[in-house]
Amino acid sequence: MALTLAHKIWAEHVVRAAAGEPDLLYIDLHLIHEVTSPQAFDGLRLAGRTVRRPDLTIATEDHNTPTLNIDRPIADPVSKLQIDTLRANCAEFGLRIHSLGDKDQGVVHVVGPQLGLTQPGMTIVCGDSHTSTHGAFGALAFGIGTSEVEHVLATQTLPAVRPKTMAINVEGTLKPGVTSKDIILAIIAKIGTGGGQGYVIEYRGSAIRALSMESRMTICNMSIEAGARAGLIAPDQTTFDYIKGKPHAPKDFQSALAYWRSLYTDSDAQFDIEVELNADELEPFVTWGTNPGQGAPLNSKVPNPAEIEDDEARGAAERALVYMGLEAGTPLKKIAIDTVFLGSCTNGRIEDLRAAAQVIRGKKIASTLRMLVVPGSARVRLEAEAEGLDRVFLDAGAEWRNAGCSMCLGMNPDQLSVGERAASTSNRNFEGRQGKGGRTHLVSPLVAAATALRGTLSSPADL
Amino acid sequence: MDKFIKHTGSATPLRRSNVDTDQIIPAVYLKRVTRSGFEDGLFAAWRTDPTFVLNDPAFKAATILVAGVDFGTGSSREHAVWALQNYGFKVVISSRFADIFRGNSLKAGLLTVILEQNDVEAMWRVIEAAPLTQISVDLDSRSVCYNDVVLDFAIDDYTRWRLMEGLDDIGLTIKNSEFIDTFEKRRPAYKPATLPIRV
Ligand code: SF4
Repeated sequence: MALTLAHKIWAEHVVRAAAGEPDLLYIDLHLIHEVTSPQAFDGLRLAGRTVRRPDLTIATEDHNTPTLNIDRPIADPVSKLQIDTLRANCAEFGLRIHSLGDKDQGVVHVVGPQLGLTQPGMTIVCGDSHTSTHGAFGALAFGIGTSEVEHVLATQTLPAVRPKTMAINVEGTLKPGVTSKDIILAIIAKIGTGGGQGYVIEYRGSAIRALSMESRMTICNMSIEAGARAGLIAPDQTTFDYIKGKPHAPKDFQSALAYWRSLYTDSDAQFDIEVELNADELEPFVTWGTNPGQGAPLNSKVPNPAEIEDDEARGAAERALVYMGLEAGTPLKKIAIDTVFLGSCTNGRIEDLRAAAQVIRGKKIASTLRMLVVPGSARVRLEAEAEGLDRVFLDAGAEWRNAGCSMCLGMNPDQLSVGERAASTSNRNFEGRQGKGGRTHLVSPLVAAATALRGTLSSPADL
Repeated sequence: MDKFIKHTGSATPLRRSNVDTDQIIPAVYLKRVTRSGFEDGLFAAWRTDPTFVLNDPAFKAATILVAGVDFGTGSSREHAVWALQNYGFKVVISSRFADIFRGNSLKAGLLTVILEQNDVEAMWRVIEAAPLTQISVDLDSRSVCYNDVVLDFAIDDYTRWRLMEGLDDIGLTIKNSEFIDTFEKRRPAYKPATLPIRV
């Protein structure tokens, strides 16, 4: 039978199917972090259960960790307890953990791919919605809640209902200065934050094929912002080359490769819905509101809610402008920024740092703002330092931090203060996401870098 | 998990769309390692506003939340479900929920009910006019009733059965362990493992 890629992977992982029940799906890799796991381990203990497959499980610390002074004890006792709890749980159940200070510590979605643990055709879950990132390798990867974390720990399976599939075809060639972040922000603005709900999105087309692995991860990462639980891209030579040589690349690479090459949507398979996007027309894209669908090309203006027809959308836009402290009609490029955040599982990989460094090299950031550069993982940090990127940022006046989620979410010490405005390469611009009262504009690493230099939202073309 | 068959109570109208999980419970409140005590974080940023509906004494006794479209978007934090439960909500009604939030709620025993947007709006008007209006949410008959209005809602048979029996998903899966054993025997050797550690 002709199948889409998502359904192919699904079919290969069904442990048990019964009429009227969800399929029981086998999970190839389970990623764990400190925030969504403590209650799951408690559940195991209460029921006297063990972890079925410690060898398919890996933990790291990212959300709640500081990015400064990581050699000292964590100052906030509640945060410290959560980290200590993860360490104790991993010790008790025999799980691999990469703790703060370890060279493989970092944002969980940066760590999996860089270790080569993320491979095509796998099912991957994590108690974190941005697990969709791993879909860039042609894996079916989705975020789960803590009850499901416990379920996977205990059984290495999950009961789940087969999702519908959506194709997003991005054809054409990106203009210089336009990146995969702009593609995904434009997609979300187009289909809305609920547009992908119930679907696994497969990103296809010449513009997607031309992207590097890391750029593909940026797109799949934000599938959740369009409401989809997972996004994926069929693996190709770019994928295989990326995995080769990584620590956990298959020893029997040829067998794996033979399988990976079978992972594509059959030519006669039907998606439930298809969406088209023309890459030629895309421009750098930024958000102006408080959900990731409230975005617009950087060259445009803050929209006027009065011109929005839909009642819901108009009300949401009105509230967003109040929260964001913005006036309708203001050119986006006139918006002055207080903090630039370069990092997160969306754009905290080495290519992102390189792209931003390229723009910043030899220049100084605007005196009116601060810039935080936070590598997605300790490995990315070491790699960047080996290339001298840390010097580029430090010489420009930016801060060079240790790896973690950092300012992507207002949980660890890196937070915006009330009214502070950020240009952020992360994925969510919700009210208070980066700290209570903080205002977020989502941007690409290139826009982040140019904004840091000019002080207002800008792209490298404005320099 | 407690069985859920039918719940009757009054409701709070939450006239906002796209209420994401960072609004339901901001990240700073996620540091606890227990499943309880999250009520203090529920809608924390909005609760400092005296006009916010949860601060309205008229809705103090409410156990049902009637929310706008796209409720629960954003992160996978099940803490959002626990916060609602810890605060005292048993049911959330909306015309559309984010997938992960809905999955989490139905695992944890918070019933999420999907109704048409115009039915949600009609409910808002009724409960705003008469905050103590009693609303019955009946999982057995898959219906919501208040005054003389009866609204049917859809929920799949399996989830309904599991909630009505108060069954733990893990226990159900473990009963099928032999399927998992068989599956594991035919997993290909080239699939990666985290152990032993390779550097
Ligand atoms: S970097 Fe941000 S989005 Fe990614 S896992 Fe961390 S908090 Fe979540």
